[in-house]
Amino acid sequence: MPTNALTAAHALTDVTASDSMLRRFLHGLPGVDAVGLEGRAASLGTRSIKTTAKAYAIDLAISMVDLTTLEGADTPGKVRALGAKAVHPDPTDRTTPATAAVCVYPDMVATAKEAVAGSTVKVASVATAFPAGRAPLAVKLADVREAVAAGADEIDMVIDRGAFLAGHYRKVYDEIVAVKEACGTSARLKVIFETGELSTYDNIRRASWLGMLAGADFIKTSTGKVAVNATPANTLLMLEAVRDFRTQTGIQVGVKPAGGIRTTKDAIKFLVLVNETAGEDWLDNHWFRFGASSLLNDLLMQRQKLATGRYSGPDYVTVD
Amino acid sequence: MASAFEYAPAPESRAIVDIAPSYGLFIDGEFTEAADGKVFKTVSPSTEEVLSEIAQAGEADVDRAVKAARKAFEEWSALPGSERAKYLFRIARIIQERSRELAVLETLDNGKPIKETRDADLPLVAAHFFYYAGWADKLDHAGFGANPRPLGVAGQVIPWNFPLLMLAWKIAPALATGNTVVLKPAETTPLSALFFADICRQAGLPKGVVNIVTGDGRTGAALVAHPDVNKVAFTGSTAVGKEIARTVAGSRKKLTLELGGKGANIVFDDAPIDQAVEGIVNGIFFNQGQVCCAGSRLLVQESIQDELLDALKRRLSTLRLGDPLDKNTDIGAINSEEQLTRITSLVEQGEAEGAERWSPACELPESGYWFAPTLFTNVTQAHRIARDEIFGPVLSVLTFRTPDEAVAKANNTPYGLSAGIWTEKGSRILAVANKLRAGVVWSNTFNKFDPTSPFGGYKESGFGREGGRHGLEAYLDV
Repeated sequence: MPTNALTAAHALTDVTASDSMLRRFLHGLPGVDAVGLEGRAASLGTRSIKTTAKAYAIDLAISMVDLTTLEGADTPGKVRALGAKAVHPDPTDRTTPATAAVCVYPDMVATAKEAVAGSTVKVASVATAFPAGRAPLAVKLADVREAVAAGADEIDMVIDRGAFLAGHYRKVYDEIVAVKEACGTSARLKVIFETGELSTYDNIRRASWLGMLAGADFIKTSTGKVAVNATPANTLLMLEAVRDFRTQTGIQVGVKPAGGIRTTKDAIKFLVLVNETAGEDWLDNHWFRFGASSLLNDLLMQRQKLATGRYSGPDYVTVD
Repeated sequence: MASAFEYAPAPESRAIVDIAPSYGLFIDGEFTEAADGKVFKTVSPSTEEVLSEIAQAGEADVDRAVKAARKAFEEWSALPGSERAKYLFRIARIIQERSRELAVLETLDNGKPIKETRDADLPLVAAHFFYYAGWADKLDHAGFGANPRPLGVAGQVIPWNFPLLMLAWKIAPALATGNTVVLKPAETTPLSALFFADICRQAGLPKGVVNIVTGDGRTGAALVAHPDVNKVAFTGSTAVGKEIARTVAGSRKKLTLELGGKGANIVFDDAPIDQAVEGIVNGIFFNQGQVCCAGSRLLVQESIQDELLDALKRRLSTLRLGDPLDKNTDIGAINSEEQLTRITSLVEQGEAEGAERWSPACELPESGYWFAPTLFTNVTQAHRIARDEIFGPVLSVLTFRTPDEAVAKANNTPYGLSAGIWTEKGSRILAVANKLRAGVVWSNTFNKFDPTSPFGGYKESGFGREGGRHGLEAYLDV
């Protein structure tokens, strides 16, 4: 850690003064070689995780899940069921850790908050006109304030990909800063890039730095609502970004891959990426999350299998 | 690595390999003892366990093998290319089927991690046989004129760093072009070649087309000097290569040599840093650095030196050294005690000359031959560790300020096998690559091999090319 961490952070804020200064800074970041990045992610995917390490990894992964329901058809009943499951993911085995959070739309925050009351489970809410982000800033900020007022501990915001792709970095930056302010001191801010729409790895690295400069507590791959969501490669890239950001500023930022991670095997591969890229400082649910809804059941079934030696099947875990 | 997330050991089972207590020579389709009954032992470098007893071929044995190859040559070279292709395709498929067995065997005998034998060596071995099988019936179209002729009996001597892969590089093109083969594997790693002999039998390859003679340097010398050998192919040290060149000089034997290297890995200030770090690691720590085309000299632009070295050191701290059969091992054992002694002595010289030595915290197993990944900074061109091939997990870091200086330093070596360029600027890749005197120049990657791509050296790294269409030429009378 640099001893002058604060000075370094201050120096970095200078680069956000204008579009052109931001562009110069973001485009001056080291490039990303796609073949090399994907090769590295694939090679880490061949790590063999067995026995005690696997048991540890499964519990860690469960504790990192943001249990999510983001459907137009969400009802209070559905959200309450989700909350109950987040607190006790496996009712047959109370040693199972709780998930990190439940993630709902802003109008469901109060219901979710009640459902997880008295537990460690946080309530996260996707505000800012999720998932498209195509709304006036005032609407996005109102969305955030409502969610925070209803008790949300975490806000998952989407960036304006259109502005980013058009090179209006300062606009994206300003929005994140404004949302962060709306979060106040009570809610942590996760910034979603929708990496599938950013298209290149260079863009993902730039977005990561832009998000961190603007004060993101977490950087998150995607909404889970597009074709390409979290991949080992884009998550590896974001882990490199938070690692480098902490080296330069002393500020630690979390990472959340979301969408498409369905199996225990995949989740463990992501934990290996964390372990060998950012390091063990990120190996807890304050700094790393899985945005996944179907992942939890597979983790639970694998956990039961480790405990009993037999694979039970989907009827031995709850459907929601 | 101290971490909350400790990976439990995940050893690959060795039950899949059945190693006999002793092996003979493979001559004329049969396993046979050496004429004078001499044997030597092959050990597992990671444990020093004796794996098997191997026959030491003498001159009489070599002569028998060459005679068998000469006899088989008549029939083999007369076969239509499509027929030879069938055998090669069959061998390639058997290698794929037995790849797990061969990977475990190679790891036991050589000491390299199972991850590398499983994911790099074996797929490439099969790919080489498939690739040259494809050429066997198309030699008329290879650019060497109509109906190019084979040379006859090929005497091939291969090293211990990639035992089965070097065998494939030698045998596949030789057979595809209609030659027959007497091959001598390295003394410390003979087992996979002997298993390959069994694969030849399984494939129904006619007797005498492939012969394997095991032994030390004396066996190799006898093979190279044998008057009835038409072509000599050698991969190994420059010193032995020179000796072979002297032996062969004045004879009508055709010769290709693939020798040592001291590859430069050049990192410009606009490089993709994270991928460059991976490439540097892969360039020098792949196979414990026992790679002739290893990127053993890192040339880094001064302006990013600190940043790159910090990143590199952090990355080295995550390398896992230990049991090569563990699927999570990145760094295995050094191949032999002799090689370990050589590495150790060169590294001590580096320290004595004033270069700064660094290794990550790393526990070495008690038995076996081990050397921690090592990095030398403050190295200059005048240091011996910047000039001699160490052939171990030791990286020398030098700096440069301009592209011209990088090129001058990269070329300032008696060797010329490989080089790497790391930059995001495409025009610079082309400009620099054109000026580097090296057989292979990788850009934004390192140590990538493919059967379609020719491989070979400049200067003291040898001559002739293996792989690709160029690789056929070495086995044809053109």
